[in-house]
Amino acid sequence: MAPPAASARYPSPSQPSGKSEVTDLKSQLRQLAGSRAPGVDDSKRDLFKKVISYMTIGIDVSSVFGEMVMCSATSDIVLKKMCYLYVGNYAKGNPDLSLLTINFLQRDCKDEDPMIRGLALRSLCSLRVPNLVEYLLGPLGSGLKDNNSYVRTIAVTGVLKLYHISASTCIDAEFPATLKSLMLHDSDAQVVANCLAALQEIWSLEASHSEEACREKESLLSKPLIYYFLNRIKEFNEWAQCLILELAVKYVPSDSNDIFDIMNLLEDRLQHANGAVVLATVKVFLQLTLSMTDVHQQVYERIKSPLLTLVSSGSPEQSYAILSHLHLLVVRAPFIFASDYKHFYCQYNEPSYVKKLKLEMLTAIANESNTYEIVTELCEYAANVDIEIARESIRAVGKIALQQYDVNAIVDRLLQFLEMEKDYVTAETLVLVKDLLRKHPQWSHDCISVVGGISSKNIQEPKAKAALIWMLGEYAQDMSDAPYILENLIENWEEEHSAEVRLHLLTAAMKCFFKRAPETQKALGIALAAGIADFHQDVHDRALFYYRVLQHDVHVAERVVSPPQQAVSAFADTQSSEIKDRIFDEFNSLSVIYQKPSYMFTDKEHRGPFEFSDEIGNIPITPETSSDIVPAQQYEANDKDLLLSTDEKDDNKGLSSNNGSAYTAPYENSNISSQMQELAISGPATSATTTQSSFDFDDLLGLGLTAAPAPTPSPPLLKLNPRASLDPRAFQQKWRQLPISLTQEFSVNPQGIAALTVPQSLIKHMQSHSIHCIASGGQAPNFKFFFFAQKEAEPSDYLTECIINSSSAKAQIKVKADEQSTSQAFATVFETALSKFGMP
Amino acid sequence: MMISQFFVLSQRGDNIVFRDYRAEVPKGSTETFFRKVKFWKEDGNAEAPPIFNVDGVNYFHVKVVGLYFVATTRVNVSPSLVLELLQRIARVIKDYLGVLNEDSFRKNFVLVYELLDEVIDFGYVQTTSTEVLKSYVFNEPILIAPARLQPIDPAAIFTQGAKRMPGTAVTKSVVANDPSGRRREEIFVDIIEKISVTFSSSGYILTSEIDGTIQMKSYLSGNPEIRIALNEDLNIGRGGRSVYDYRSSSGSGVILDDCNFHESVRLDSFDSDRTLSLVPPDGEFPVMNYRMTQEFKPPFHVNTLIEEAGRLKAEVIIKIRAEFPSDIIANTITVQMPLPNYTSRASFELEHGATGQKTDFKETNKLLEWNLKKIVGGAEHTLRAKLTFSQEFHGNITKEAGPVSMTFTIPMHNVSKLQVKYLQIAKKSSTYNPYRWVRYVTQANSYVARI
Repeated sequence: MAPPAASARYPSPSQPSGKSEVTDLKSQLRQLAGSRAPGVDDSKRDLFKKVISYMTIGIDVSSVFGEMVMCSATSDIVLKKMCYLYVGNYAKGNPDLSLLTINFLQRDCKDEDPMIRGLALRSLCSLRVPNLVEYLLGPLGSGLKDNNSYVRTIAVTGVLKLYHISASTCIDAEFPATLKSLMLHDSDAQVVANCLAALQEIWSLEASHSEEACREKESLLSKPLIYYFLNRIKEFNEWAQCLILELAVKYVPSDSNDIFDIMNLLEDRLQHANGAVVLATVKVFLQLTLSMTDVHQQVYERIKSPLLTLVSSGSPEQSYAILSHLHLLVVRAPFIFASDYKHFYCQYNEPSYVKKLKLEMLTAIANESNTYEIVTELCEYAANVDIEIARESIRAVGKIALQQYDVNAIVDRLLQFLEMEKDYVTAETLVLVKDLLRKHPQWSHDCISVVGGISSKNIQEPKAKAALIWMLGEYAQDMSDAPYILENLIENWEEEHSAEVRLHLLTAAMKCFFKRAPETQKALGIALAAGIADFHQDVHDRALFYYRVLQHDVHVAERVVSPPQQAVSAFADTQSSEIKDRIFDEFNSLSVIYQKPSYMFTDKEHRGPFEFSDEIGNIPITPETSSDIVPAQQYEANDKDLLLSTDEKDDNKGLSSNNGSAYTAPYENSNISSQMQELAISGPATSATTTQSSFDFDDLLGLGLTAAPAPTPSPPLLKLNPRASLDPRAFQQKWRQLPISLTQEFSVNPQGIAALTVPQSLIKHMQSHSIHCIASGGQAPNFKFFFFAQKEAEPSDYLTECIINSSSAKAQIKVKADEQSTSQAFATVFETALSKFGMP
Repeated sequence: MMISQFFVLSQRGDNIVFRDYRAEVPKGSTETFFRKVKFWKEDGNAEAPPIFNVDGVNYFHVKVVGLYFVATTRVNVSPSLVLELLQRIARVIKDYLGVLNEDSFRKNFVLVYELLDEVIDFGYVQTTSTEVLKSYVFNEPILIAPARLQPIDPAAIFTQGAKRMPGTAVTKSVVANDPSGRRREEIFVDIIEKISVTFSSSGYILTSEIDGTIQMKSYLSGNPEIRIALNEDLNIGRGGRSVYDYRSSSGSGVILDDCNFHESVRLDSFDSDRTLSLVPPDGEFPVMNYRMTQEFKPPFHVNTLIEEAGRLKAEVIIKIRAEFPSDIIANTITVQMPLPNYTSRASFELEHGATGQKTDFKETNKLLEWNLKKIVGGAEHTLRAKLTFSQEFHGNITKEAGPVSMTFTIPMHNVSKLQVKYLQIAKKSSTYNPYRWVRYVTQANSYVARI
């Protein structure tokens, strides 16, 4: 804990000299405990305050526990509250002493003052002592029935606390059922809101091992319940409104009328002054309209203005949170914000984390109509006193240049940066000019004349130095003194600390040599010698490689090192679209702030109840298993733990027994298959268990090393295990780990579309083709399924995401496979199977 | 949507209050937080963002009057919700203590604990309404003398310059009684506008925006209903036009780009006669926030000139002109301008007979600073600064210096022309006539002139 306050100006939490102070307190408290003298409550208040101030600054005052409890016999509510606070803090560490408090807390739970009943109940439930839970049941039971709503709100949260101390006690006492009925019938909005919060938490945690809890959890998303909440949303305070809106996000509307009804009900929430309410509403709107492109776009237009107002009305911290969300929307739909670019200009006094976001937004929305203004503005920032922002601004100009066709004006501006003669400006600009030349080699002439004028002595940053060296090598023919500059740099090889720069020096020397051999030969020789002697492995290797390839044949060397220039059309995006989609699905959460999906920064039990953080995203998921289809169940689509999460679940359903093969553990797949690969290639299999496996494998590769007893004629080439199993957790893990090996789109025949009105039928149909559904969701016209299949007798899995649009009659599949080479074969099997769907 | 802990740290990192609601975050979170914020970047340049994650624990913080209000959680919660909550907790505590600062906090920490217990239970927000909390909270605030109040509080702006404002009013606790035992019936409605303007080097306006708030603080007993009437020609939304499509403001009324309202506000007759009705809860709260990009007359005109005078010298001339009526007085004006980083010395020359002006050259970050106590409407002031350089400058000196930025406060003036036409309080009796204060103020948010 923090060191005690250093200042002596504050009498209460002043510096205690140590243990003696606590001992002192102890004896003083003891004196007062039995006293009935007038004014004793005031003295107690002072002492209690002292105890709590020590507690706050981290001094252990648990040793006065007994005395505090003795002093707690009072009718003074302020004293009682301080005592409760103290007890709540130390009970966990003193389970024996806590027993002392039970008595007076239980008594207070029956006090005639509802305030005292409530406070006592709250403290009783906050003790967090597992062996005292039996004492909670009575007071909680009566608290839930109390005629005072304050006591009931506390009792409801008390149930949740009990659940966290002892889940079984809470469930056995059937408290969740009581909460459910309170939620539907209580007249007090806060009681209802607390019930909702508690039930969401309890059922989400229970859902992993109780089907009933799954059903209950899903029932929270039923249409009547959602409307029950939404119709009276204004009765709730703003925080409870957020809770309700978070729930509504997960509701699957039955049709478009349903969607519009909800949006109309919530329209005025967008005018709320609380940013949290507005963002939660925005999320509902965005998710509801995902499948309705036009309306979705209208939603963007509608939410723009309220969000901008929130950005400018709150504290800098609040604007940052809102701005991060705007940032996400801007990057997703830049064209919608293109005319609002001035809102994203940086203000002089903004913190740099805000400026960074704004620079990225300006970069994203730059288009033909606004580029000139945006770039002009960014150039102003390049002279900013905040060097980091100046750098970012220059990078932003560069990025805009890279994404535009007409870079004429921008190139001029970039070149002007070089004239500013500020080290960091020059450094950033050089890197950009290099990238720009890679994309637009036609500009080389203008750039090179300016770059040639830069003295390499002024450039210290490795990235910038590397960029300059790259240009020297690449454009050696246009820069008259390129060989000499390089020679200079090479002579200072020893002082060059960055391996990146030394690598570039080697390559540039080679390129220069091919263009202007007589002038460079000497320098190249020195560079190669220094490189080969270099302690850095990469530098050494490259130098040696260049040396040998030159020895072998100079022309070959030229073809290798200096092939004809090719313009780079697009630079790799740093974030995959899959990750971006996932962050969008987690709108209004920390994922947006960190620009990472939640699985990257939270452990699974803290990802929050009712959170959808999976690629399955906004679509609620119906998990399917090969043996047991439970259509009514919807599971939270969390990352690892979604769907049917635990192993016990599999056992319950006898899934593992379905799997005839010895390889039950899916995560061993890659090991085993590689092991098998060796076996298959090296000859006849020796192990009995692998013999059968290798058949299919060989067959697939057409090796024919072993005589297959029943060779499958092609097509279909691929034989799938009809009884394959994969637990959802493993599915999740694999889906994340494996790259997409294949994406394909094909048409679905009209019969298939017709049959899709009952999505379950597709699942059964695919299952009959040994392709098993693990999760499904969506509503017309967009259906989404996750399938998996396994190779016959060989645990090599195919994971497939299949999106079927019933109005366009198209199916799109993404396949991820353990063996990528066979994914095309699998896709063929999949398409064949799908094409038979709906056929008699 | 639950948080795990809430705590308040002083600037030195001491715990002022600390409350653990869910016991999920390991001990030492206050130190982890403080270290992270203090040493966010090695060079100490960049500020720590309001939200960050250390070892799976998410830390949220807002800075209020120099104190860190912090919440932690392991759950992927709504960031806006937590930041809004922290801000709201600060406001509730201020409502109770009258003055929010480290001193008042330390004197009243037991009361603060009491509030925190009712605001959050097991990490879930229960209420942040001062009105609701009043019935659950029993500690009496220990008030500190308003004389010790530092002008850090936005409300403190009213205490200067405008004599008819009772200086202590905004620092009153909503629960504490006057020493006389009687509460004065009064209500404050403040129209606070923060303006952002960027002038180009040639003096025309590049961007301008007004971010306004109608803030209310009620000390009325019995919660009577209140009607606030705004300009009848008020329009909201700029239709299909581009937001920055300026047009002449003559005769077109006040056009807000957008606005939002406190949840207690009813808008039944807003569309017809531009009145808001509400039953104000206790405590301070924004009735309405609005945003406006309609053209307005910037209160100050700034003119900057840099003249080279020899190879190692230059002269900077900054002229500011107050473009508002002469019965209005702006106060606490600061003008800043970064100078070239090879500036070694600056000597200043104020106009003849200048009073209440201060100049400074901040050596470490090469910043010119000019403070003026007040500026009367219509007045013009000039500063001349002679700069000496440690090296010869090359290229364009204007690229190395500037921009000029200003901060100021103009009481009883608002640039948007949005007005509270009247403030009607539902009468309880014919003798009931509480004090009503309607106050306007304009402040600079980002007021920048490029050179």
